[in-house]
Amino acid sequence: MIYDGIAGSEGFAAGRAYVYKNKQAGIEMRTVASEDVAGELSRLEEGMKQSRIQLRSLKEKISLELDEDKAQIFEAHMMMLEDPEFIGTIREAIRNDRANAEYAVKKTADHYISMFEQIEDAYMRERAADIKDVSSRLIRNIAGLTSKDLRGIESPVIIVAHDLTPSDTASMDKALVLGFTTDIGGATSHTAIMARSLGIPAVLGLGDISERIRDDDYIIIDGLEGKVIINPSNEQQTEYAGKIAEYRRMREKLEGSACLPAVTTDGRSVEISGNIGTPEDIDDVVINGGDGVGLFRTEFLYMNRDELPTEEEQYGEYRKAAVKLGGKPLIIRTLDIGGDKKLPYLKLPEEMNPFLGWRAIRICLERKDIFMTQLRAILRAGASGNILIMFPMISGVAEVREAKKVLEEAKAELRSENLEFDGNLKVGIMVEIPSAAMTADTIAKEVDFFSIGTNDLCQYAMAVDRMNPKVSKLYQPLHPGILMLIKNVIDASHKAGKFTGMCGEMAGSIEACIILLGLGLDEFSMSARSIPAIKDIIRNVSYEKAREIACKALEMDTPEEVVEYSRDVLRRLNL
Amino acid sequence: MVSEKVTILNETGLHARPAALFVSTAAKFKSELLLHKGEKQANAKSILSVLALGVTKGTEITISANGPDEKEALSKLIELIKSKFNE
Repeated sequence: MIYDGIAGSEGFAAGRAYVYKNKQAGIEMRTVASEDVAGELSRLEEGMKQSRIQLRSLKEKISLELDEDKAQIFEAHMMMLEDPEFIGTIREAIRNDRANAEYAVKKTADHYISMFEQIEDAYMRERAADIKDVSSRLIRNIAGLTSKDLRGIESPVIIVAHDLTPSDTASMDKALVLGFTTDIGGATSHTAIMARSLGIPAVLGLGDISERIRDDDYIIIDGLEGKVIINPSNEQQTEYAGKIAEYRRMREKLEGSACLPAVTTDGRSVEISGNIGTPEDIDDVVINGGDGVGLFRTEFLYMNRDELPTEEEQYGEYRKAAVKLGGKPLIIRTLDIGGDKKLPYLKLPEEMNPFLGWRAIRICLERKDIFMTQLRAILRAGASGNILIMFPMISGVAEVREAKKVLEEAKAELRSENLEFDGNLKVGIMVEIPSAAMTADTIAKEVDFFSIGTNDLCQYAMAVDRMNPKVSKLYQPLHPGILMLIKNVIDASHKAGKFTGMCGEMAGSIEACIILLGLGLDEFSMSARSIPAIKDIIRNVSYEKAREIACKALEMDTPEEVVEYSRDVLRRLNL
Repeated sequence: MVSEKVTILNETGLHARPAALFVSTAAKFKSELLLHKGEKQANAKSILSVLALGVTKGTEITISANGPDEKEALSKLIELIKSKFNE
């Protein structure tokens, strides 16, 4: 029998089930005589003390085995025990309602649990699980019950349970756990997070799987599709043996190939780079095999402070980033603030339509003082690495000319001050406004490169606010109209002997990858984590085929057709 | 009584490790410390209250301090937030 659940962690496991029953005994309310209230408060104190001791030892055990972050969960549990509101409410329940300590804890915990479970944020709902965990522990200690745990596992098993808390998994022997499957939970549960950090599969939210599987049953769990099979037939076992081997091969390939160059089977080379928000993000990009940084967002230097960053401060950060990358390209985007991103010291106007308002390059061209400082810092940092500069929110060539004039002024100043800088810094623009995309031919003559900011380009071109739930479905980067804009930009750049990159989310999209490749995109810049998968696709397809595919996509009528076609192509290529 | 507005800048907002750091820092001071988000407020020494406030990246909050070490407490907490909890 196959059961469907939520894939919480990818991978496969086949083996014996270890059914872990961790149901808590019912807590009854007893009314305590007034002279016994002090005694109940003592029981609470004792229970808290015991819990603290257990949590401290668990935290130490986990610290030694995994990284600090996992041990922090128990630190958080300890903090909950010290929470003045939480403990205060429990004590009040004992004093005022004359409830027994166990019930007082349960009642208080339930109040907090339901409060957290109602918050829209998935992360917060999972915190409700933490409160359940720590209050169960507290109740068990007050009542003097010993905690049941997973220490009894002696051979490799797949753990089956109603739910698994950090306390449950803390005591298990990780080497013997092949995977998890639980009745409740989802992708952000503790169980999923733990499984992912151990690199084992987890299938969750199956409802009553812990009742259906018996201890020692042979089961298979599929963490890719979210399936659990109890007592699989010989056919099913063979089928899954194949899937497991396939998966293992894919993982090895991905991990191995991340640092190889992104070259198609017929020899076309493209750059797969990372988008970063601070110089520290570069580490992730390098680890994931990035060929450089296609977008260095500079807003972090301006936000959360009382005044503008000085040239020295900026120079320090840009230089740090350039040095970290060695000779790899670093595309720095000039200040892209305005509208929704507020800077308290800049006194930006309240606008009806901030996305169509005074922002980014528009502010810089009016506030030359801000612009000059940033340009000087970037030029100087250019002497320490391979830096390119990019202007955001360009609507036409006039703005490009104006911005370049200021850049030349900055160079002249630095020259006269005898400060070292890169005089040949390449200059490009972010193509996010449709009017620039349409006049790319003209602009291409006056810049060294384009980088397509698909997030905003798509919003402006389709008149859709991605964040508006009522219309976000209409936001479709694979709309033939958007593809045509992209093609126009790429073609214009190539005609002028320049290159085009992309730093919007579309660059890291597996569905869009082959089409973008076929349209001639030269550089794809994305979040570090997406780099290996995109490189893998590039390395396994021919540029010739990609061009055919892109042509076909351009002829389609609707974005839905393009998406379907793209998925079909990926399926046929086994990617 | 002293108070100051500040915007949360770190990626995860006032969750997990940052929240824990915030609360354990607040707990060191004698003054009453409150966190205000719009109409709601939370005891800055109570981890559950702080988490329940649901402060995400980009949210502007006000921290108020009242007591013998109020100035020191306020400045330490503001500094913690501005340094993005060293993330």
